[in-house]
Amino acid sequence: MKTLLDCHKACIVKVIKLNTKGDLKQRLISFGIMKETVLEVLEHAPGKSTIEIKVGKMRIALRAQEAQLIEVQKI
Amino acid sequence: MNIVDPKACPITANHIKVALVGQPNVGKSMLINSVSNAHLHVGNFSGVTVDKTEVLFDYEEYSFTVVDLPGTYAFTDYTIEERVTHDYLCAEDYDIIINVVDSTNLEKNLQLTSELLTMSKKVVIALNMSDEADKEKILINAEYMSELIGVPCVRVSAVTKEGIGALIEAVIKKHENVRNKPKLFFSEPVEEEIAQIVWYLDKHRFDSANTHRNIAINLLKNNKKTYAKLHDEPIWTELQPILIEASKHIELHHDSDDIKEAFAEEYAAFNRGIVAEVVKQEIKQSKRTTTEKIDSVLIHPIFGIPIFLFFMWSLFQLTFEVGAIPMEYIDAFFIWFGDTLGATIANDDIRSLIVDGIIAGVGAVVLFVPNIIILFIGIALLESTGYMSRVAFLLDGFFHKFGLHGQSFIPLVTGFGCSIPAYMSARILKNDRDRLLTLFIIGFMSCGARLPVYVLFAGAFFSPEMAGNILFIIYISGALLGLAAAKILKLTAFKGLDEPFVMEMPKYRLPSVKLVWHTVLTKTMMYLKKAGTYIAAASMLIWFLSNYPHNLILEESYSAKISMTAKAEVKRDLQYELDEALLEQSYLGRIGKFSEPIFAPLGFDWKMSVALQTGLAAKEVVVSTLGVLYSLGGEVNHESTSLMGAISKNISFASAVAFIVVIMIYLPCLAASVVFTREAGHIKYFFYLLLFTSIVAYVMAFIAYNLTLLLL
Ligand SMILES: Nc1nc2c(ncn2[C@@H]2O[C@H](COP(=O)(O)OP(=O)(O)OP(=O)(O)O)[C@@H](O)[C@H]2O)c(=O)[nH]1
Ligand SMILES: [Mg+2]
Repeated sequence: MKTLLDCHKACIVKVIKLNTKGDLKQRLISFGIMKETVLEVLEHAPGKSTIEIKVGKMRIALRAQEAQLIEVQKI
Repeated sequence: MNIVDPKACPITANHIKVALVGQPNVGKSMLINSVSNAHLHVGNFSGVTVDKTEVLFDYEEYSFTVVDLPGTYAFTDYTIEERVTHDYLCAEDYDIIINVVDSTNLEKNLQLTSELLTMSKKVVIALNMSDEADKEKILINAEYMSELIGVPCVRVSAVTKEGIGALIEAVIKKHENVRNKPKLFFSEPVEEEIAQIVWYLDKHRFDSANTHRNIAINLLKNNKKTYAKLHDEPIWTELQPILIEASKHIELHHDSDDIKEAFAEEYAAFNRGIVAEVVKQEIKQSKRTTTEKIDSVLIHPIFGIPIFLFFMWSLFQLTFEVGAIPMEYIDAFFIWFGDTLGATIANDDIRSLIVDGIIAGVGAVVLFVPNIIILFIGIALLESTGYMSRVAFLLDGFFHKFGLHGQSFIPLVTGFGCSIPAYMSARILKNDRDRLLTLFIIGFMSCGARLPVYVLFAGAFFSPEMAGNILFIIYISGALLGLAAAKILKLTAFKGLDEPFVMEMPKYRLPSVKLVWHTVLTKTMMYLKKAGTYIAAASMLIWFLSNYPHNLILEESYSAKISMTAKAEVKRDLQYELDEALLEQSYLGRIGKFSEPIFAPLGFDWKMSVALQTGLAAKEVVVSTLGVLYSLGGEVNHESTSLMGAISKNISFASAVAFIVVIMIYLPCLAASVVFTREAGHIKYFFYLLLFTSIVAYVMAFIAYNLTLLLL
């Protein structure tokens, strides 16, 4: 299983599943991150603690812990 | 219908109450500013507006009340500010919603729109940022879009004011028309389930404000409020099994066990359809947008943080260097003003009250306006360019180690300007523990009102070339202390799991000069107004407390001594001694002397002790107290003319360091304490804060004092 955290910079992937529930899932969904969404990894913060991704036209920052919950597949 | 509504009197008939709703950072507040003459706070990051604000304005024969609400991504109560919006939308009384959307990112914005359409309210959509859309060659066919979703859509730009008139016209027209018939369609399986529930509600002639279709959608979406409403109805027992069946079908169709996710996918599909129909992007955008190019430098994993520190350092360098230029003139002006005005007043007491009390006190505060302005410009740039979110991104990992949430950066930076809005903006933090923790350490970020104290002391003890660096060091060490405090609090008082960090990064925007000018002007005027009212009153009080009671015996004994000597030098020294003796036995002197032993281990004389105590009211008062005390005591006039000179002569370096440390840490001010208590939610937190900051301030100052003594 590959998660968003495993992707390196400039990697383009498709979301398979959100392994989370409740508020966080809702928030990800409202950012447009759901099944089939295409994401691009833009940048890692120092130490890979936080990453910046691109969803559609929007850039989103999320922490490694959250990135780990997003199951992805390379396209 | 020919029944006359008795409530429709001419005044209320022309009144329209509009709720402004949209995702964060789409320009809601700016849109209000451009239709009225309000100056709501605008910034280029999510979560600028954290509370609802009403703005009134007139348009032709209509009077409008527009309510600016915090931005919200979806109908979930994720953070407190989002809850403000939802509570307002569900519980308050208003006529119409303007849904503001960002034309350059329509698909994402429509997520919220499609949820709004299931409410029983009239809606008008404002396609904002049309100027940016034009630049990015994004064409939106507003008429076609209105037709497709059954809601009027108007292209506007809050910046160029294009389309504002048309938007208001559309609102008036919609207000006078019948309710929307929004056309929100789902996939066939979902439509079937909806139809079944609608059929059931129709059959039972269920009575409600919202349409049966909307009720059915909300029920299927597991909307709590709709559930609660229907739960007590007699039809519920029959409806419930139908609902459960329907939900199962939908979940099956979406291959998911989460009905909300299934609906999100439905909405997303609908929105994609709309966008495909109405949006045309002429040229395919170049691979990298400007924002991404800038980002590749500013949030670079290695250079990002040094660049940020360099910006901070430059800001404080500028604050001191450029701020010092007009200072001389302001100082000279107040001395001249005091002398000139003083010469016209015959009564000694009144002259002293005006010259040594009010003018010295207010002058000492106004002196620092140039520094404050530069600091405010720096913060305004940080807020309006979009750099703020980048720094939150860069620092999140670092913050995380100290138990703070990356988004805490936003209230913390706001705290460099003033603690009050900073306490409010902590609402963007979802978790109460994170929020409280942030509230507790906002005070460590030195606010604008403390800047004068720092500039005063840095200027008194360091060469002008060094003073800027010293300012930078003071601010950074304040922030680092705050982080350490956060760590301690996280390990003791606010234990708990970490909250997720997901944050939108806005695109970079060139801040308009007008916007920065307005933000800075508003804040500066507030500072000046405070100096003219609050600080002036405090200065008067301090003057009174430091002049009374008169001690005639003391005065007589000295005047006898003075008249006995012939030498001018001795006379002057005696006068100086008398002034000091009088000051010491005044009310303020007594308070100072009384509290002196408490502060003695930190190396403070009684004047500094008093200044710290009056500083509890507001930090500017520290400077004005010192101004009054040193001008009454005679030192200011004694040899050097400035307060800076008086301080460098009367206060030892080690005491000054300890003094700065206390100022850095202890309670911000009275007004901020009130806001803190309100935001924290209980008075007990205020006492914790008082205790916490006082102890930390005392201990740190003690260490700083002794360390400095040891090293020098
Ligand atoms: N180019 C352009 N920029 C705009 C327009 N409207 C707003 N902005 C910018 O967008 C940013 C956000 O504006 P705000 O008014 O603070 O947004 P808001 O919707 O009130 O945001 P929250 O209060 O956080 O929900 C600011 O940097 C504005 O300068 C517009 O029509 N055109
Ligand atoms: Mg706003």
